[in-house]
Amino acid sequence: MDTSHLVKMANQIAEFFASGMEREAAIAATTAHLRNFWEPRMRREIIAYAKNGGAELSDVARAAVIALG
Amino acid sequence: MQSIDDKDLGTPAAKSDQQVTLEIDGREVTVPAGTSIMRAAALADLQIPRLCATESLEPFGSCRLCIVQIEGRNGFPASCTTPVAAGIKVRTRGERIEGLRRNVMELYMSDHPLDPFECKAGGKCELHQMAAAVGLERMRYPSGQNHLDLPVDDTNPYFSFDPARCILCSRCVRACDEVQGTFALTIDGRGFASLMSPGQRQQYADSECVSCGACVQACPTDALMEKTVLERGMAERAVITTCGYCGVGCSFKAELRGDKVVRMVPNRNGLPNHGHSCVKGRFAWGYATHPDRVLKPMIRKRISDPWTEVSWQEAINYAAAEFKRVQNQYGRGAVGGITSSRCTNEEAYLVQKLVRAAFGNNNVDTCARVCHSPTGYGLKTAFGTPAGTQDFDSVNQSDVIVVIGANPTEGHPVFASIMKRRIREGARLIVIDPRAIELVRMPHVAADYHLQLQPGTNVAVLNAMAHVIVTEGLANERFVAERCESAEYAAWKKFIVDARNSPEAVERATGVPAAIIRGAARLYARGPNSAIYYGLGVTEHSQGSTAVLAMANLAMVTGNLGRPGVGVNPLRGQNNVQGANDVGSFPHELTGYRHVSDPKLRAEFEAVWGVKLDPEPGLRIPNMFDAALDGSFRGLYIEGEDVAQSDPNTHHVAAALEAMEIVVVHDIFLNETAKYAHVFLPGSSFLEKNGTFTNAERRISRVRKVMEPLAGYEDWQVTCLLSNALGYPMEYSHPSEIMDEIARLTPTFAGVSYEKLDRLGSVQWPCNDEAPAGTTVMHVGQFVRGKGRMLVTEYVPTDERTSPRYPLLLTTGRILTQYNVGTQTRRTRNVLWHLEDRLEIHPHDAEQRGIRDGDWIELTSRAGSTVLRALVTERVAPGVVYTTFHHPESGANVVTTENSDWATNCPEYKVTAVQVMPTRRIPERPTAEQIIRAAEQQIGK
Ligand code: SF4
Ligand code: SF4
Ligand code: FES
Repeated sequence: MDTSHLVKMANQIAEFFASGMEREAAIAATTAHLRNFWEPRMRREIIAYAKNGGAELSDVARAAVIALG
Repeated sequence: MQSIDDKDLGTPAAKSDQQVTLEIDGREVTVPAGTSIMRAAALADLQIPRLCATESLEPFGSCRLCIVQIEGRNGFPASCTTPVAAGIKVRTRGERIEGLRRNVMELYMSDHPLDPFECKAGGKCELHQMAAAVGLERMRYPSGQNHLDLPVDDTNPYFSFDPARCILCSRCVRACDEVQGTFALTIDGRGFASLMSPGQRQQYADSECVSCGACVQACPTDALMEKTVLERGMAERAVITTCGYCGVGCSFKAELRGDKVVRMVPNRNGLPNHGHSCVKGRFAWGYATHPDRVLKPMIRKRISDPWTEVSWQEAINYAAAEFKRVQNQYGRGAVGGITSSRCTNEEAYLVQKLVRAAFGNNNVDTCARVCHSPTGYGLKTAFGTPAGTQDFDSVNQSDVIVVIGANPTEGHPVFASIMKRRIREGARLIVIDPRAIELVRMPHVAADYHLQLQPGTNVAVLNAMAHVIVTEGLANERFVAERCESAEYAAWKKFIVDARNSPEAVERATGVPAAIIRGAARLYARGPNSAIYYGLGVTEHSQGSTAVLAMANLAMVTGNLGRPGVGVNPLRGQNNVQGANDVGSFPHELTGYRHVSDPKLRAEFEAVWGVKLDPEPGLRIPNMFDAALDGSFRGLYIEGEDVAQSDPNTHHVAAALEAMEIVVVHDIFLNETAKYAHVFLPGSSFLEKNGTFTNAERRISRVRKVMEPLAGYEDWQVTCLLSNALGYPMEYSHPSEIMDEIARLTPTFAGVSYEKLDRLGSVQWPCNDEAPAGTTVMHVGQFVRGKGRMLVTEYVPTDERTSPRYPLLLTTGRILTQYNVGTQTRRTRNVLWHLEDRLEIHPHDAEQRGIRDGDWIELTSRAGSTVLRALVTERVAPGVVYTTFHHPESGANVVTTENSDWATNCPEYKVTAVQVMPTRRIPERPTAEQIIRAAEQQIGK
């Protein structure tokens, strides 16, 4: 899958939750969203990317993805 | 002419709860106060002759055929305009009355073709029926001056007007005014010179007429007649079914002669439409028997090969073998399916069942992905149910109506007519749209506020409205305290009162003057009953789900939920987009919007389906395309969708489809997607099958077969064949059994059955033990999820921004006579009204670029470019351009990008940065005359 596309989507999700919640709650909400709506191969790829540094992921998105894995 | 089996009681029902008893011809009759004497008599089976009265229109009192006598009162009052009164004694018969009626009738008949056998309405012409009813046997007046030689106006593609047969009863004029709200017709001139005509003695084709057909239905004679009736003769029987076009879901009587459809007449007892319809549903059904229909299954190994016609069994076996091969080679998750919003609930249910049970994964999605998936996410998150909160009739009790990102007069015309009537009665209107849609100003309707925002700024505007409401003390704190999560409300309140959300702060980004946002917010908050109606202009954005949540916030903070007249209501694009979602078309949800990860839920399905289910969510449509390009997804079964044309960034979709090894297209036409298919399975139109559709108000209505499927099978049967060939048996003998299975597995559908639908006509879900007759208004007393959730909806500008290279914003929409990508409507006479898609551009932007109206222009975005003709108009604001997407050659989706809604991946169709330049690259497209000629040939004119 196109990783840059996945990164963009994960950042958008994190951005929504981060705007209305404390950091920890936003991370948990983002993780839950990814678990509920992303097919496993999408999750696997974004987790691999985050574990490799995940440079383009926002802070909340990265933490949420790591929590997924 | 009304439907052949309609019983016409003469005047509309009165709304009063109070009952009145009177005597008619010696019979005691009790009816609601306000009922006309004519209707009271008809209810007691006493028919009073009439011509200008009909049940769908307010009484007018012009023909004087319906006179009666009332004991103790003078004269002969018209029974259609005289209400009942307690204790009165009415006489509908008697020598005087009958003599007077005959005189009236004689005058009518003296200027009308006499021979009932010549009448095209057969035995259904009310004039001839009334002549017989009043006992008119001979004419005393010599034939003198008359209108019998006036020319027929047949300029409308679907009906003609013969003035010689017009009796000037005004029923058509009133239908156009009262029912449709277009005000296209008049009785022009006085006395003998009077004539019914569109506009100022124009022809239909040149007038304001939108071809809804209400006048044709109201006409008591054969003056206004469907051309199909003139060609094929009057119908002999009628079958009640549901329109296959938009999410209004109008109920129709399909009238047949033998086994041929003669005409479609909107059903007077249909609850979504109350006997009204638009041009598509009433007239544009000819595509069902169009010669382009492909009726034989076809296969080919490679998409570069020509198609080979094969038997059903061979096609099905080939498809099944290929799906199995791909799964063996690339894994269980390498295939999936797409359900259709145009097919029935039962058919969508079976396709998702095939994916989950026969393919063994959850890679199923539906076209709602690209339209209303943010509605699903937003309304479910806020209220607990991903559906509109009201029924359509609710708008009759609204005081303030907000229309945002929707264009009801074009997209949902019948609902627009109800809405316009309410506005004429005094409801106020707020339109939030980048374009001056028709509702902003039209005869007898004008928006109090038009918030002409920049595309992509809905959330900023909605937040600013909420800011005004909270900071000006207009919030309904009691409602919020009782009904909503308090901690979330506190956080939201803190966010919304921040100065960055004030109308003044967002004025620049949105382009809407702060004073207008303030005015609109105050009006909405004041209500007392304020309702929001919205469309794809809200959802098809990177912040589509956020905007749905923001609307929910507005409704909650003002307490506009849980009763008639209020609510948050999506106007659904396709006939069954609600239903397809309800029955489990989303990859993460089983029927009734329940997540696949729930082991208890899966166990219930596993027990009935007899297979183990995958607990992980599947791929959504855009993810399927991405996965196809990386090689992990290689097979797709597509029922009734044209993803190659309707999905964004056509080049990307085409590349993804080309990369797949087995694409099965199951459709009525060889659509654009079929270019990439290996198997084509002929589909059946809505006229050829049994099933149900669920409209935008959650209303489940029956679809009834009126003709045999042309290719031999209804779509649900084909899915069963495919599933059986895949080794997962599906045995149903009728769609009612499929609905029974849905009801068994879905709490919100538990009370739904074909028997109940036949008995009640339709039901709105939830329909179960608590609500056996269905649920009209949702969230009464408390939200489905318990407390309402008010989430912070920060405005985040889309990444799709203008730049010096792409300085304009493109947004898209549709027009009345065409439907989506036009597969159906382009194969009807509707094509005569919309020969091509045009690009609307503001005069200022056009002048800067040297573009004149009608010039060919090149429209370029970061994703691609296409060539269209320009339409220079002030309907769009400077900086914004707009087009429809009904014709494949205009390729609007060649230029749309892959940006999508953060929560659902719904594509951002409504904002694309573009440049528009005059071009010499004139495409080889036919001239208007050639298009008309080709269209006429196609429709066999
Ligand atoms: S077809 Fe509809 S819009 Fe046209 S004149 Fe008749 S009622 Fe009016
Ligand atoms: S409004 Fe929609 S459902 Fe009704 S007739 Fe028109 S297309 Fe059909
Ligand atoms: S029907 Fe009553 S006046 Fe025409």
